[in-house]
Amino acid sequence: MVVDNLMQWFESWTLWEAGSPLLFLIVVVIAGVPIFLLMAVNALVAVYAELKISAFMQDRVGPMGQGPGLHAGKWGLLQTVADALKLLLKEDIIPTLADRKLFIIAPFIIFVTPFIALAALPFNQNLLIADLNIGVFYILAVGSISVIGIIMAGWSSNNKWSLYGAMRSAAQIVSYEIPVALSIVSVIMLTGTLSMQGIISYQDGTTLGILPNWILFNNPFSFIAFFIFFISGVAEVNRTPFDIPEAESELVAGFHTEYSGMRWAFFFLSEYANMLIISGVAAVAFLGGWHSPIPGFLESPGWSLFWFISKVGMLIFIMMWFRWTFPRLRVDQLMNICWKVLLPLALLNIFGVGLWGLFVA
Amino acid sequence: MGIVHGDEMVLNIGPQHPSTHGVLRLKVHTDGEIVSKITPYIGYLHRCFEKHCENLTYEQVIPFTDRCDYISSMNNNFGYVVTVEELMDIHVSEKVEHIRVIMAELNRIASHLLALGTFGMDVGAFTPFLYMFRDRENILDLFEMTCGARLLYNYMWIGGLSHDLPVGFVEKTYEFLDYFEPKIKENDDLLMYNKIFIERTADVGVLPPEVAISYGVTGPNLRGSGVQWDLRKDEQYSIYDRFDFEIPVGTGQMGTVGDCWDRYWVRTQEMKESIGIVRQALKQLPTEGDVQELVPKKIRPPKGSIYKRTESPRGDLGFYIISDGKPTPVRVKLRSPAFTALSALSAIAEGWMISDVIAILGSLDIVLGEIDR
Repeated sequence: MVVDNLMQWFESWTLWEAGSPLLFLIVVVIAGVPIFLLMAVNALVAVYAELKISAFMQDRVGPMGQGPGLHAGKWGLLQTVADALKLLLKEDIIPTLADRKLFIIAPFIIFVTPFIALAALPFNQNLLIADLNIGVFYILAVGSISVIGIIMAGWSSNNKWSLYGAMRSAAQIVSYEIPVALSIVSVIMLTGTLSMQGIISYQDGTTLGILPNWILFNNPFSFIAFFIFFISGVAEVNRTPFDIPEAESELVAGFHTEYSGMRWAFFFLSEYANMLIISGVAAVAFLGGWHSPIPGFLESPGWSLFWFISKVGMLIFIMMWFRWTFPRLRVDQLMNICWKVLLPLALLNIFGVGLWGLFVA
Repeated sequence: MGIVHGDEMVLNIGPQHPSTHGVLRLKVHTDGEIVSKITPYIGYLHRCFEKHCENLTYEQVIPFTDRCDYISSMNNNFGYVVTVEELMDIHVSEKVEHIRVIMAELNRIASHLLALGTFGMDVGAFTPFLYMFRDRENILDLFEMTCGARLLYNYMWIGGLSHDLPVGFVEKTYEFLDYFEPKIKENDDLLMYNKIFIERTADVGVLPPEVAISYGVTGPNLRGSGVQWDLRKDEQYSIYDRFDFEIPVGTGQMGTVGDCWDRYWVRTQEMKESIGIVRQALKQLPTEGDVQELVPKKIRPPKGSIYKRTESPRGDLGFYIISDGKPTPVRVKLRSPAFTALSALSAIAEGWMISDVIAILGSLDIVLGEIDR
């Protein structure tokens, strides 16, 4: 969308011929800037939210810097900005025995994954970098690239804890991708399209008289599919109770034990960006994307953006709620849940959605 | 097809590690995630406690006992002064006995709160830890009100106490107990009965009673294995015979008797019993009397030796003291309950996964200050 509009706009006043590769490159770079800003702002806001939410859940007040200046600001509002500045200024340490090249590349690979995935996430009717006809598939596919980065980080650090974290993470992310993908399959069976905007426009209108026509409420099987998707999604972004790759009480800090400063910040940025993406896909695929919860009410592009961000924010809040409530699973229990519970359930679910489509709908 | 065995990896857990409860180093041989051999290395906190004691007068030893098990200093003071008093044949007043019991039981609650909170953190639950520390804070406030210190009290003296109870202490303690009793249930609902926590701890790190006894494991760890052994009842000291309390033992509610969950459960039940003891002691507490009237001017126990043990929050805390009639002891030996608990770690944790080893270590509730002395 944004890319197409930019292309047209450039073509309208420049001498470039339509579809020039150079023009395309320029447009893509320009379109990448807001994604980068979005990731940075998302991390700042989400970290602040995490600090405050955890504080309220734990009977604390959280960051409460007072006054202006390089303090943390009123109610600690500038805490995450100060943290970001600190990370920028920190000494960059690379262990002597680390594999330097891989050690340096790994954070970039992990950072690039959510960066390119965000290009296909629609924020409202128009705010979308590119409406790919394989949108959902694309997001899930690029999501798995981060495993490579994590393994590189764990291996190159030359640290046993990092290696353990990387191995656990590889097993976990690869396993949980399957239930994620299978639960999305049941959505695609209903909508008949892989395009994100296509999935959202399928969810227009009402169902059962009053409920919005979200896929969540479409049939009992898609209702279950949402929970399979969300649980597996939490596992895929390494959040508690599935945070075994970076379990601080066991593995010190998992695969990023040896990273510090800005390199570490890349891991952090991408963790929160991944949360945004998983919540975003859940909102698009099951909760009607940017549609208003009351069909036909406040559906202008501005309000659509608001609805989408609220849905994503709600899901991110639930992830944080998990984190500050649950203990952590053990690595074999994690695998059991994936392969023995979620995967068979997701398969049955696909079958159920198919039967429902044939006989009931 | 057999199980494929790869090369073993040697992993150092500690001395700098988030979950070693002090400065402990575990040398762990791992095959993938499975731990095949555990060797604990201790001594990083060694401060020559026993050698120091040989050069100090009897009353100067008391602050050093604070620093052994720094989580439950009151109980360490208690064990030491009771031993010396028996050697010197001093019988302290009713008031002193009651205050000592109140302090020891409050410290037991504080110690168990810390043990349970850090155990929860070891299995990844951060919030219960802070809830328990919030409640523990109130106990420390009570101690601060009484003797000015929040961690290392030096409160119990041979023949008496350093301070009488301050004005308002009894009311504040009642207030705390009323506040704290419902909180136990809140914490239990949050952590102990959480499905994930049960999955992580039930049937894990089972310490069978015969293994526990042969390793000399005592305290909540032994009671978690279903053995009813509590020195407050079995080797009665001070005035514990006057109070009505139960000794909770592990029953394997969620799995096997003696698993990590049972050890957790026993501690929660002991906190409830301690609340009962404090309530009874507060009710019977005599108001009259000087807490220092029996403190001897010169402490010179007669020639001889004594071994006496008391129930600290971690188990049998024994003091062996040899006296030659001079103001300094010839020998003071501390029998540490945490040391024996740690010695059983390799017996029960081998064959489990790394995550379980951390959980088992957390469930044993060791304090390195006492192990290394």
